[in-house]
Amino acid sequence: MAAARRRVHPRLRNVAHLTAFLARRALGALWALIGVEIVVFLILHLTGDPTSVMMPPESTAAELAAFRHAQGFDRPLIVQFASFALSASRGDLGLSLRHQEPAMTLALARLPATALLGSAAFAIVLLVGVPAGVLSALRPRTAIDYAARIVALVGQSAPTYWIGLMLILLFAVLLGWVPASGIGDWRNLVLPAATLGFFSTAKLMRLTRAAMLEVLEADYVRTARAKGLTAWRTVIGHGLRNAWLPIVTQLGVELGALLSGAIITETVFAWPGIGRLAVQAVFERDFPVVEAVVLISATTFVLLNLAVDLLYAVIDPRIRYA
Amino acid sequence: MEVTLTGTRAAPDHGVSNRTVALRRLARDPGAVAGAVVVLIVAVCAIFAPLIARTDPNLQNLSSTLVPPMWIAGGSGAHPLGTDNLGRDLLARIIWGSRVSAIVGICVVAIGGSIGVTAGLLAGYRRGWVDALIARITDVQLAFPLVLLAVAIVAVVGPGLWTVIAAIGLTSWVQYVRVVRAETLSLREREFIAAAQAAGATSSRIVTRHLLPNVTSVAIVLGTFEIARAVVFESSLSFLGLGVPPTTPSWGGMLADGRQYLDTAWWVALFPGLAIMIAVMGINLLGDGLRDALDPSAR
Repeated sequence: MAAARRRVHPRLRNVAHLTAFLARRALGALWALIGVEIVVFLILHLTGDPTSVMMPPESTAAELAAFRHAQGFDRPLIVQFASFALSASRGDLGLSLRHQEPAMTLALARLPATALLGSAAFAIVLLVGVPAGVLSALRPRTAIDYAARIVALVGQSAPTYWIGLMLILLFAVLLGWVPASGIGDWRNLVLPAATLGFFSTAKLMRLTRAAMLEVLEADYVRTARAKGLTAWRTVIGHGLRNAWLPIVTQLGVELGALLSGAIITETVFAWPGIGRLAVQAVFERDFPVVEAVVLISATTFVLLNLAVDLLYAVIDPRIRYA
Repeated sequence: MEVTLTGTRAAPDHGVSNRTVALRRLARDPGAVAGAVVVLIVAVCAIFAPLIARTDPNLQNLSSTLVPPMWIAGGSGAHPLGTDNLGRDLLARIIWGSRVSAIVGICVVAIGGSIGVTAGLLAGYRRGWVDALIARITDVQLAFPLVLLAVAIVAVVGPGLWTVIAAIGLTSWVQYVRVVRAETLSLREREFIAAAQAAGATSSRIVTRHLLPNVTSVAIVLGTFEIARAVVFESSLSFLGLGVPPTTPSWGGMLADGRQYLDTAWWVALFPGLAIMIAVMGINLLGDGLRDALDPSAR
């Protein structure tokens, strides 16, 4: 048997491991989504009677009873959950109480705006955070390093929405360069994307600096330098290549942070994405819409993390999915 | 003469306790010292707010609304940082607002830390189905956008200080689980645990008397970062109108008020934001210093 095992080509063995890994991760993702459904259902039942949460406070007893019956809240809890889970797995979360449209359709219609904002913010995180972190590591204790570290410290300490307000004050109110809110051309995207990406950029800058400082101390980097490679080739070909793994791990985490941050940023800039829809739905007690947004966000987050796991193999071929 | 935290006197050259070494490292770190000073100032403001603030933070004066800070034309020494749209003194509100942030930060860490450390210790020590179950619950928690989860909880239960604390606390335990579990997995293979088991110690004794003290350092470091996160989180919820009631001064609520007056009275939004940023920066610097002092290898 051991001999048979030895005969399997290493590449085929890695493909088999990758398939098993993918199956495990898909199963884990499925469990996470079922768990999310359970939590969403439980949150709505936190007060015991969801009717009181979803109906206006001034509703009469007759109105409350009619709504309770129409929504099936008078059935046993386990029956309600089974019905909810079945509908949710089909993407059917009922009608929006305010708009009288399917909640999932409403939320999905807002997804492109959030995806656009998230992508722009992610691009800023990647294009500013990584190079600034590398530069900071290459020139330790210089003006560039101190500037990058101060920006990173401020970025990790200031609340996202305050950064947004200050950017509006400076670039929209005082300088008038870009609009303060709404969606339109690229100019509308600048401030929300910078705001959303600020915290993650700061975090990535710090992480990249630390990872690069560690890698630049390694023997193979010293050997590469001794061979006569140029500084930049050493940094890109050896330093950054080996520092990528923690950076990509952090990028995966930051994707989740961007999804969460979008809720606040979209509210500050009146950006018509799912985050703003969720906040509006909360204030309007439109819980089918809140549930739809939570499910979409959680699904997106789980899928993005799965993609990040796969990226590991591309970045570092030594990783075997055993 | 050096006195350790445990109260035992340390010899000048040898026999110095780990805590003393950590404290010395902390005292030599300028960032950590600066952070500790900021944290101390916030704590003093929170505890002695009635003595420090010169005016009632809710006292309205409609004849002096949106007064600028004292160093700008039209400003007044009676309101060093100016007033808001209802004529309330911004400095007094910032001082009182520190109380909400401090209460939220401490309570959130108490809730998240107790749940997370317990779950992490159990998962790491017991392993098997307990570990698998906790890992699955952690996966679910990680799949949630935390702001949305907290917003949904507050929306259902209703805004209020304790709802906010519970909502943020219930989203923060997961960080502790991951770190404490990893630490426990490593500790349970060490000789002192094997010795305790051989001596007939029960599982609960091993967890509480041997493992818990050894994960305390890492939990304290994580706790400081979680306080910072909780302060920002609370202010975000208050900014959205889902935090503490408007009658209670809070930094996030003040920022929400100031948002409408950005073009005419920028100071209403600027100063509460600066207060949050400085407080969080101080906590983060102290956390960084503690991490480096307690575990230099994690640097």
